[in-house]
Amino acid sequence: MSAPRRGRAPNAAGWRRTVPGRLLAGGAGVAVLARCTGGPSALDPHGVRAVQIAADWWGMAIAAAAIWAGVMSLLALALLPRQRGVDQWALAEDYRETPRGGLALVVAGGIVMPVIVLGVLAFVGSRALAAQVTPASPTAFEVDVTGHQFWWEVHYPSQQITTANEIHVPVGQSVQLTLHGADVIHSFWVPQLMGKMDLIPGQTNTTWLRADAPGVYRGQCAEYCGLQHAHMAFLVIADPPDQFAAWAAAQAQPASQPTDPALQDGAQVFARQGCIGCHAIRYGAGDTGGKIGPDLTHLASRGTIAAGTLDNTRGNLGGWIMNSQALKPGNLMPPMPMDGPSLQALLTYLESLK
Amino acid sequence: MSAVPASVAYPRGGTRGGSHATGWWGMGLLILTEGALFACLLFSYFYARTTAPAWPPVGIDKPDLTLPAPMTGLLLLSSVAMWWGERGIRQGSRGQLMAGLAISFALGGTFLALQGIEYSHKTFSLQTNVYGSLFFTITGFHGAHVLAGLIMSAVVQLRAWLGHFSAQRHLAVQNMGIYWHFVDVIWLAVFASLYLSPHLF
Amino acid sequence: MATVAERPARVATDERLTYLWETRPGLLGKLGTVDHKEIGRRYIVTAFAFFLLAGLEALAMRVQLAFPENTFLSPQVYNSFFTMHGTTMVFLFATPIQSGIANYVLPLLMGSRDMAFPRLNQFSYWVYLLAGLFMHAGFLLGQVPSGGWFNYVPLTGPIYSPGPGIDFWALGLIFLAFSTTAGAINFIVSTFKLRAPGMTLSRMPLFLWNMTVMSFMVVFALPALTAANVLLELDRKFGAHFYDPAGGGSVLLWQHLFWIFGHPDVYIIFLPAIGMVSTIIPVFVRRPIIGYTGIVLATVATGVIGFGVWVHHMFATGLAPLSQAFFGIASLMITIPTAVQIFAWLATIWHGRPVWKTPFLYVLAFFVDFIIGGVSGVMFGVVPFDWQVTDTYFVVAHFHYVLIGGAVFPVFAGLHYWFPKITGRLLNDRAGWLEFALVFGGFNLTFFPMHITGLLGMPRRYYTYPPNMGWDLLNLVETIGAFILALGVLVFVLNVLYSLRQGEPAGDNPWHASTLEWQTTSPPPPYNFRSIPTVHSRDPGWELQRADETTRYGSETFSTARETIGTSLHDAEPEELWAMPQDSGWPLLLALALAATFVGALSDWWWLVVLGLPGGLVAVVGWLWPTRMKVIAL
Repeated sequence: MSAPRRGRAPNAAGWRRTVPGRLLAGGAGVAVLARCTGGPSALDPHGVRAVQIAADWWGMAIAAAAIWAGVMSLLALALLPRQRGVDQWALAEDYRETPRGGLALVVAGGIVMPVIVLGVLAFVGSRALAAQVTPASPTAFEVDVTGHQFWWEVHYPSQQITTANEIHVPVGQSVQLTLHGADVIHSFWVPQLMGKMDLIPGQTNTTWLRADAPGVYRGQCAEYCGLQHAHMAFLVIADPPDQFAAWAAAQAQPASQPTDPALQDGAQVFARQGCIGCHAIRYGAGDTGGKIGPDLTHLASRGTIAAGTLDNTRGNLGGWIMNSQALKPGNLMPPMPMDGPSLQALLTYLESLK
Repeated sequence: MSAVPASVAYPRGGTRGGSHATGWWGMGLLILTEGALFACLLFSYFYARTTAPAWPPVGIDKPDLTLPAPMTGLLLLSSVAMWWGERGIRQGSRGQLMAGLAISFALGGTFLALQGIEYSHKTFSLQTNVYGSLFFTITGFHGAHVLAGLIMSAVVQLRAWLGHFSAQRHLAVQNMGIYWHFVDVIWLAVFASLYLSPHLF
Repeated sequence: MATVAERPARVATDERLTYLWETRPGLLGKLGTVDHKEIGRRYIVTAFAFFLLAGLEALAMRVQLAFPENTFLSPQVYNSFFTMHGTTMVFLFATPIQSGIANYVLPLLMGSRDMAFPRLNQFSYWVYLLAGLFMHAGFLLGQVPSGGWFNYVPLTGPIYSPGPGIDFWALGLIFLAFSTTAGAINFIVSTFKLRAPGMTLSRMPLFLWNMTVMSFMVVFALPALTAANVLLELDRKFGAHFYDPAGGGSVLLWQHLFWIFGHPDVYIIFLPAIGMVSTIIPVFVRRPIIGYTGIVLATVATGVIGFGVWVHHMFATGLAPLSQAFFGIASLMITIPTAVQIFAWLATIWHGRPVWKTPFLYVLAFFVDFIIGGVSGVMFGVVPFDWQVTDTYFVVAHFHYVLIGGAVFPVFAGLHYWFPKITGRLLNDRAGWLEFALVFGGFNLTFFPMHITGLLGMPRRYYTYPPNMGWDLLNLVETIGAFILALGVLVFVLNVLYSLRQGEPAGDNPWHASTLEWQTTSPPPPYNFRSIPTVHSRDPGWELQRADETTRYGSETFSTARETIGTSLHDAEPEELWAMPQDSGWPLLLALALAATFVGALSDWWWLVVLGLPGGLVAVVGWLWPTRMKVIAL
């Protein structure tokens, strides 16, 4: 099985780097916001869209902290004791008058300051929105994504690629995303590359992304979609253009009919046990097969299974097939128990689907 | 504002009517909130239209105005009758009040009956598509409000017959009037949106 | 000082008024009372019970999230808990507890003997209680709503949420809307018609202004929620296609209708709370509010603009960029009226002299934390930033800061402030400081880190999360914070239970406050005031304090019948007397008839619906049928 270039799923890849990250996180605050957490952080941007948003965030955070600190200082000053030796319930001096300074403070802080700050923010925000809507460079091709409970169906129309839960893109090239919802609303979110966009049944949403550094970026469903909303992740893997081209070429090939008897056994198990009812393994160029579950033609090339829930290993795959409900209760795949030899044959066959 | 004089006897409530009466405000706020409800339903109607390729959807004819147009006239007349009856009691005439309420009731009842006939002629149902769902829900909600008004009118007519109202005290009649005119106005909005607008744009 | 000759007259008046106004003893009185003070107390206790229930749900969720891949709660239970936590807190706690406090306080604040529609008031409470129970009845059947507190379709439609779970939610809210709307109408009409003579609009306490604006918002916003829920139930039960794309319907229609209600709803929650802030600050800095007119204008502006920003909840749905830009800018602008209010309060504190009691501590906590919520909220107006942080823990942090900082802290301030008036006893102030420290510290420890986990990529509504994303330690800290917060709430509950029996007697005006509710006993008699006061200023109590007046009130007692004086809208000139109803069973009957109708609709028992509606009709006619007024001689 060939795993994605970075070697392993992001949670494994990030593990080593998060030891210092966790120590820094324990420092409560500043260091956590540093860029080496290894997780799917919006503050660790690797694509033009996320980079812009992160920069805007830092500006806003500093301004927000300054405003809050300013108001808190005013409050603290206001609370300083001034009239001493007075019965605590005595009315304040000149309580009948409205001090001029009081109204001035209201106007300055309540109108002038916000109008200025919000005016700047409105300007910054409008410019940011305009920049985000248009792709930074002409899009190289389209990736068509359909959200299901609880997995991601992926097609590359112009390259004849069909896969699931994993998207590869060439570094430095903009890619169009066409988003559909098959059942309920889902949301496509890769924090290190872009803000989220919903997949809504009955409408098609279009957006784009560009990864500017090679890497494996974790995406997650970000709109509550039912029981296993928490286990609906996907990977966006950015490769240098030649590596991407190699991947695309391999993915565009259909599976080859198994000639090795061991693999043929496995293929028969696949049909006999009913997997073929929901999952497609395409042998011919025009093959479609079952579409209720992810396409498995190149299952072995993917880094994870069960929408980013488990690493794609023989053991995990076996456990998933036998009883996926134990691992992801409420997902739409029923348990598929079978005897040991059948399972082993099936796994061998599936591992061959690179 | 002077201090309240010690010996002024204030009238007991209900004689000044209009916006001096708590009940008037209560009814006014009720029609505002119900009006907002109809506004949301009509919003839904136009929203569904914006995403539809054709309106009405293929297979459904544009709304037939043969019944709804006279229904509108009936409802408008019923408001006139209601207004006339209320004017009667303002001048002290119980007879005019009861006549006005009765005529208004009859016209309103006829409106509902005609609506029932119109429903039976429709080739689609609530379940057919969003157009059907919207049509029956919006007109149905309105019809329910008419029915509620008829029940209100029946009770007010009973009270009028029992002699509860006079030129000075007839808050219930006033509030009945407000409600009934509201139902009429809502019908005009429903008629314009559901029945007329598909013919216009 | 009262002369010897005046005292027997006063006693006689008190006896007459007590006879006219007290609730009947026994069960009939308990069920049929129209006394706003009793109804207000019931609202407060019921709402606090729902608060505790929703709080327990939150604690359970925090235990589940303390560690990655935890198995304390199953996904079903977790998803039901976050749904019910949000639903209960927003619909069954935040608004009702404020309605309850307002119910108790408003007639006293405006110098009246009761609300304009006392039976409608009773009805509002019963419907609230029954609707709250209805919405929780799913727990008994194992069919708890689990669509999230804003219940997006198609997940909550007939295909993806079969079974009655969602129906408990949607029908329950339609039912509850009767209560909320009736309450709003009652507050508006009471404020318009029953203010004490001389309490012109510009002398009205700010809490009355805020409740009035909030009530108008309810009148216009709640129908959007009712419409959304009715259409949903028609889809779920009758095969309609409002939200079904296959039938020409639209998934986003739900979101528009819901948020057209939902955004005003946050101001419906917020405005009464800041009305309490505007009430409490002057008392605890010993001077009248600065910027009264600005605050009133700001409140009205917030109420109006609040209807124009709902799309900011939908920025990630793929709407046209121009529309997103418009709503983003509108969402920025709505901050300005609130900023005016913050600086008006600041100016008042600046020119006043603080008294460090628990209500004031909570007001200060409001400042600290609401402003954090406000500045984080403003960031969402930058649409691309919203795309990163919406549906993550960053937005969870934001709305808890504005809801807890901006509403719950003022409510706690209000509960500490008015507890002496309601019960006649003071809460223990030392315990109050301890409670405050735990609540304030626990709250910030729980919710501040969520800004960080959200930015680090943790989505909301995840029943569990993988390890090593950078979220593990922060989640554990948040859980610890939640338990500290809960401990603080426990201290409050214990303080209340203790002080009800053993608290120091409060006297009429323990805070030496200026508003009318403090010019009568604690607790007030059933008739509130012996004579209806005449008001000459915004701070009647302090005016009297300075003016050395010998008589405290005007001398009209209106003690020959159960009635109160109605005044004109603008200048509060006395107009006519309004008869107030006796204890009545009709409101409860109507509430039960409605409950039967909704239970029937939920269970598809259409015979029950057919019975319930006419039953309700009979109750309405009986309620409105004129009765003979009891008049006693002087």
